[in-house]
Amino acid sequence: MLTIASLKKGQRAIIGEMTSQDIPLKLLEMGCLPGNHVELIQIAPFKDPLYLNINDTFLSIRRETAKLIHIELIPDE
Amino acid sequence: MSKQINVALVGNPNTGKTSVFNNLTGLNQKVGNYPGITVEKKEAVVKLSRNLKAHILDLPGTYSLNATSLDENVVIELLLNKNDKDYPDVVVVVSDVENLKRNLLLFTQIKDLGLPTILAINMADRMDRKGIQLDVGLLEKRLKTKVNLISARKNKGFTELRQSIMDHQKLSVNPCLEASKIDKEYFESLKKAYPKQDLYKLWLVITQDVNFGKTNRNRITSQNGFKPKSDSEIKRLQQKETIKRYQFINETLKETLTKDLALAKGLRASIDRLLIHKFWGYVIFLAILFLIFQTIYDWSTYPMDFIDESFLAMSEYVKDVFPLGMLSDLISEGIIPGIGGIVIFVPQIAFLFLFISILEETGYMSRVVFLMDRIMRKFGMSGKSIVPLVSGTACAIPAVMAARNIESWKERLVTILVVPFTTCSARLPVYLIIIGLVIPDERWLGVFNYQGITLMLLYLLGFVTAIGSGWLASKMLKIEFKSYFVVEMPDYKMPIFKNVFYTVIEKTKSFVFGAGKIILAISIVLWVLASYGPTDDFDNAESIVTASLDVTELSQEEINTEISSYKLKNSYIGYAGRAIEPAVIPLGYDWKIGIAIISSFAAREVFVGTLATIYSVENDDEQTIKSRLAAETNPVLGGPLFTFASGISLLLFYAFAMQCMSTLAIVRKETGTWKWPMIQLFGMSGFAYVVALIAFQILK
Repeated sequence: MLTIASLKKGQRAIIGEMTSQDIPLKLLEMGCLPGNHVELIQIAPFKDPLYLNINDTFLSIRRETAKLIHIELIPDE
Repeated sequence: MSKQINVALVGNPNTGKTSVFNNLTGLNQKVGNYPGITVEKKEAVVKLSRNLKAHILDLPGTYSLNATSLDENVVIELLLNKNDKDYPDVVVVVSDVENLKRNLLLFTQIKDLGLPTILAINMADRMDRKGIQLDVGLLEKRLKTKVNLISARKNKGFTELRQSIMDHQKLSVNPCLEASKIDKEYFESLKKAYPKQDLYKLWLVITQDVNFGKTNRNRITSQNGFKPKSDSEIKRLQQKETIKRYQFINETLKETLTKDLALAKGLRASIDRLLIHKFWGYVIFLAILFLIFQTIYDWSTYPMDFIDESFLAMSEYVKDVFPLGMLSDLISEGIIPGIGGIVIFVPQIAFLFLFISILEETGYMSRVVFLMDRIMRKFGMSGKSIVPLVSGTACAIPAVMAARNIESWKERLVTILVVPFTTCSARLPVYLIIIGLVIPDERWLGVFNYQGITLMLLYLLGFVTAIGSGWLASKMLKIEFKSYFVVEMPDYKMPIFKNVFYTVIEKTKSFVFGAGKIILAISIVLWVLASYGPTDDFDNAESIVTASLDVTELSQEEINTEISSYKLKNSYIGYAGRAIEPAVIPLGYDWKIGIAIISSFAAREVFVGTLATIYSVENDDEQTIKSRLAAETNPVLGGPLFTFASGISLLLFYAFAMQCMSTLAIVRKETGTWKWPMIQLFGMSGFAYVVALIAFQILK
């Protein structure tokens, strides 16, 4: 399964179903919802945390959280 | 008499809510704390019209009504409690035009509480540049409220906003969408069980999941056929609610907002490329830190010297003008030096907060949090712990408070526990005087000054110990915690002078009045203990000293100093110092330093003043104290008292010991129990004793 953690820098994807109970509600409130776009902007040194653009909100989350959020890749635009 | 209404300002972080508050209220704002907790409370009363005043309350920034931190908890607690004296008549939700979608989530939640709610869209001046168009009329219709476009930066739209606040009774209190739709059956049974309560409020009370120490909430229990849901079911419903709200917001914005994406690209990407670069990012951060410290210590010396001289002059003036006696002594030797001891740190603290608030305002601090999270996590903290650790170099009190926005309780606790290790400005006077005594003022390789290197090493030592003990504490503390880390990366902005100015004033005030009270009280107690003695030796000091000295060879001033020195030795504090002498001799100190250590347990900077008194130096001029100290001999080993060994031992003791009552008090407040401050007090001071002991025994 692809997750946000498997994105490469600059890659965009669509957020899929969110089933894990461990995803903080705050993340949903920031716009991380099924169907929204996510782009990986930058990875911090030592590979963590991740800097994302989700639905035009810029935020950073840790890799362990990113691994819980499934995505579908957008075919090359 | 004119009427007064309560206005609550609410909004996401980084929407410019504080500037809106500053623009609405100007300089008549008051800063305090919420009863029982140290979350900051900013409020002001402003006149809206001839017979209407508004009490404006600035609530902490929050993304939603689902509290995950103490700050956010304040917001929900106020909005749910109709009996609170601050319960708003109208809520102004401040949002940022570029992040309207996300900001509206909070708006729709507050609207569901049945409160008149105005939407103030800030940074409207950026709309053209960002290619944003907004149909305000239609937006008002969809959101069932008044929408005001404002720009806090350009001070535009505030007349209209004030008018909307005045007209708040005309606003609809109908919700935008009803939360009960997410599970009809559940909400109906809830309604049946609690028919008198507002349904959405009940739901909020049920769902609050505060991962923050202890919060006692009256859990809604099963009664009248209502069955509570499990935590995971509730969480699913919350997710459903959020999705539902976003559906409504998306539909609303589709009709009312257009964005030209080609224009939307900003500076962000190119600045980010440099500031969070895996190498240059750290170099820049270190350079900024270095610059901050450099300028703090450089620039601060001028106002600090001025303050020092002014207080000295004031003391002299009191002595000259008032009739001799106890009261004059108390004022000139207890109170004035006590206040001076606090005010002297104002320049350093103000400069530090000037820099920190600029870094916050520009959006840079979030990048530092991003860069440091991985590293700090290794030591049991979060990237957000960097802000408290850096603030700790000014003063641990605001630093402990700055830990508040760390979501996980464990990471927050660890940060609070280790912050006092960072070298605060109160250690500086102690360091400077001891370094001046025992470290040669020479250069190494002709460039680096040994004294400067020592000072730098002490700062580094504080930071390394803080980090190391963080690692230890996180291994030892068995606390179950949810690791939240969701940090918004705001746009880069030019700082607004007004905001920076108010922050500096605020923080400095809270230092002066918070720590100041304690330091002043201690100075007075010390003065009393040093001014009275248990035996006749104290009272007859004058005749005893004059009898033992060859009066003809000494000036009156020298005789007086001898007398006060003798008095101090026989005062209450003198007895206390001699009582603990056996404990401090292995560290290389005598009873006089013992006294200074005891008295500085309340606050480190008291050390220098106490030494000045003990060594009967007429004023606490550094050079005078130094030359007096250099002449002291060690009571056990003989030879000079201040050697390299005893000096290093004393430096290390001051680097580690928990000598600050104000910090202990603030930690008690922030953690809600005496357990943690006591662990700090005994843990740190015990560690300091052992390290100082080892250092002296090895070096002597």
